[in-house]
Amino acid sequence: MNESTATKEQPGASASEPKTHAIDMSALNRDGQKLSLDQEEKCLKVDDLSLFYGEKQALHNISFEIPKKRVTAFIGPSGCGKSTLLRCFNRMNDLVDGVRIDGEIQLDGQNIFDKKVEVADLRRRVGMVFQKPNPFPKSIYENVAYGLRIQGINKKRVLDERVEWALKGAALWDEVKDRLQENALGMSGGQQQRLVIARTIAVEPEVLLLDEPASALDPISTLKIEELIYELKSKFTIVIVTHNMQQAARVSDYTAFMYMGNLVEYGDTDTLFTNPTKKQTEDYITGRYG
Amino acid sequence: MRISTKDWFKSGTPWVWLNAGAVSISVIMVVGLLALIAVRGLEHFWPASVVEADLLAQDGSRRVIAGEIVQTEDVSAIQLIASGVKLPADVEFAKRYLLKVGNRDVTGSDFAWALERTMENPRYPENMVVFERREWGNFYGYLEAVKKDGNIIATGDEAVTQLTELMERVLDIHDDIYAIEKGEIGSINHGIERLRLKERGLELDGYTKDTAPQKFAEIAAKRAEFDAQYEDIQARLANLYQQFSRDSLVASTVDGHQVEIDLGKVVRFYQPNQMGLTEKVGFYFAKLWEFVADDPREANTEGGIFPAIYGTVLMVLLMSVFVTPFGVVAAVYLREYAKQGVLTRTIRIAVNNLAGVPSIVYGVFGLGFFIYFLGDEIDSLFFREAMPSPTFGTPGLLWASLTLALLTVPVVIVATEEGLSRIPRSVREGSLALGATKFETLWRIIIPMSSPAMMTGLILAVARAAGEVAPLMLVGVVKLAPSLPLDGNYPFLHLDQKFMHLGFHIYDVGFQSPNVEAARPLVYATALLLVMVIGALNLASVAIRNRLREKYKALEV
Repeated sequence: MNESTATKEQPGASASEPKTHAIDMSALNRDGQKLSLDQEEKCLKVDDLSLFYGEKQALHNISFEIPKKRVTAFIGPSGCGKSTLLRCFNRMNDLVDGVRIDGEIQLDGQNIFDKKVEVADLRRRVGMVFQKPNPFPKSIYENVAYGLRIQGINKKRVLDERVEWALKGAALWDEVKDRLQENALGMSGGQQQRLVIARTIAVEPEVLLLDEPASALDPISTLKIEELIYELKSKFTIVIVTHNMQQAARVSDYTAFMYMGNLVEYGDTDTLFTNPTKKQTEDYITGRYG
Repeated sequence: MRISTKDWFKSGTPWVWLNAGAVSISVIMVVGLLALIAVRGLEHFWPASVVEADLLAQDGSRRVIAGEIVQTEDVSAIQLIASGVKLPADVEFAKRYLLKVGNRDVTGSDFAWALERTMENPRYPENMVVFERREWGNFYGYLEAVKKDGNIIATGDEAVTQLTELMERVLDIHDDIYAIEKGEIGSINHGIERLRLKERGLELDGYTKDTAPQKFAEIAAKRAEFDAQYEDIQARLANLYQQFSRDSLVASTVDGHQVEIDLGKVVRFYQPNQMGLTEKVGFYFAKLWEFVADDPREANTEGGIFPAIYGTVLMVLLMSVFVTPFGVVAAVYLREYAKQGVLTRTIRIAVNNLAGVPSIVYGVFGLGFFIYFLGDEIDSLFFREAMPSPTFGTPGLLWASLTLALLTVPVVIVATEEGLSRIPRSVREGSLALGATKFETLWRIIIPMSSPAMMTGLILAVARAAGEVAPLMLVGVVKLAPSLPLDGNYPFLHLDQKFMHLGFHIYDVGFQSPNVEAARPLVYATALLLVMVIGALNLASVAIRNRLREKYKALEV
């Protein structure tokens, strides 16, 4: 089976080549040139954000900043509003009837709730991966090419290149390169989720929102997704919502703990997990409730 | 061990029996219905033996009759005695036959009842011949002689072989004449009519022969061309007709009348009493094919029903073309764009209830709105030159398909809405999250994914529309259409033409026919064919739907 390794390997390109080194490099990053949260370049600024479902307030005056090209995790008990907050970043909440939002979120200095902002453009820049894999009932190739076709890219050569790049980026290329025209629904759950990630990064967003991306997957697939997150953060700002505190500790650089629609504590992941400043945070991470 | 009634009841067994019973009854009814129309319809084409017998009349006189036994029944003696038949006292029932005796030109009616007891010496003479004719129905009798140019060329046994040869020639000539009359003359007439309309159009636009001589000259030249062609064809036709009526045959009925029949008037002849089983089977399938592939004859009681099949299928296809986009677009708006509220709910209920409106009401609406209003408007705007004869202001194919599309649109809307609502939210969000607009999501993901549901709607629509007759009688169906609505003459699809329809054909043959006994088997045969056409249309849509389902499977994503 040397064919699989020898052929089709695009030299150079922009694909993320290193596989085995990814974890090491990332570790080196953190240990070597450790920056404090304040020193980081910021990507998203949340300013006094409140969200209401009809009468019910789901988010209370949240303000914080998310650094560029880092992994930021939201943790907290079910119903604390972490998914709701995540869905504010690409305005997915617009789809829900009766939602009202106060406050601002700035993406590179631009308020995303501004009337001038096209929602479709925003979502192109802020990609999202959902809890359950949701591939389209199309071929693997067409799934990845979907976002590109939406942008009007229809040249086969360009599409081929970008699809390969995205699939390599999502660590899926080797598994699917011989069956790109097969229906995506025939893949395993873990593969489907990586396909969805490939589909999302194919349009080269600036921010990648991951809404519990591994909660529906088996441990091995989860591991693959986590490895993938390490690799992707060199290119994208990643925001991840997770139930799993070990996962948050493993993958994220910064962590926000939310409770009852409030942002309780936000800071460096290591610090938050080893030395939380708030009592609620400590209770949660030591498993006293939640 | 005995089980008490209560325990038996609790065990659910009676419930299972009840359910199974209901299913069995449904199955039996459907199978029984199909079997009845299949048997009644299909036996008509079988070449039955012709029986000859001496019929004893009340006054003791005898006469010979011959015919096919079409129906047998037992009649009570009381009834017969009351109608003046003399019967012995001990007889309770008497068997009675309905004989198809044919020879309508000689005897006046081609069916006769005869009591079995009055038929003496029944026999099946081998040389009994049945002639199927283009007029006057079948002739039963004996072939006496064959004439060529008025001179007898063969008699007796030799006549049959001569006749077989001559018939082949005559049928060939008939095919030629048919092709010329329907095809060439048809298209010349069509062309001349178009020229006439063009000329009239020019006149209406204010041109006269003085102001636009060139245009009129062009038309005149073309007309002259057509006329020349017509002359030519006419000459050929005259020649063919002469050939056609060259030969004739002399036949005698069983009671001795001699009749001379033009060979051109004979469709086929056969001697049922000496046909073997294989011959009969071959004959049967030939007749069956004629029924499916030929034009009707003799006020629809003979020949085939091809134009009706053609009209039905074409009308249903056209209706599908109208109803699918319309229903889908309406459903997409209702489900995806409209704000869900009291108004939307009201509209939805109204749409659902539209499906329950009696179909004749749609026919009345089609007549009033489509034909008298829209059609008249179209005529006065675009077809002024054809006035005063209406083009679209009269029942026709377009209005029939539109009326049926209106009748079936609720079904498509409901099915499509159902399909749209079953697309998982996660798939929509996945598409939107990639920067697709709502429209792009709909167009690229949602609508393809719900296409199987749309096909389900279309299947239901086709099933309903293909069987609908009542509204069609108002908006476009006729007993006998002179030409097919889709043919080789420009503009090929004649939306303004009237057409024939299987459902209406059943009604027409069964209830409007001058010859009820002859028509009855055709009612069953046509019904069978209608069921088969609907079945075929449905199967085609189901096949398409299954392919789509395969493609967009796993809705549970």
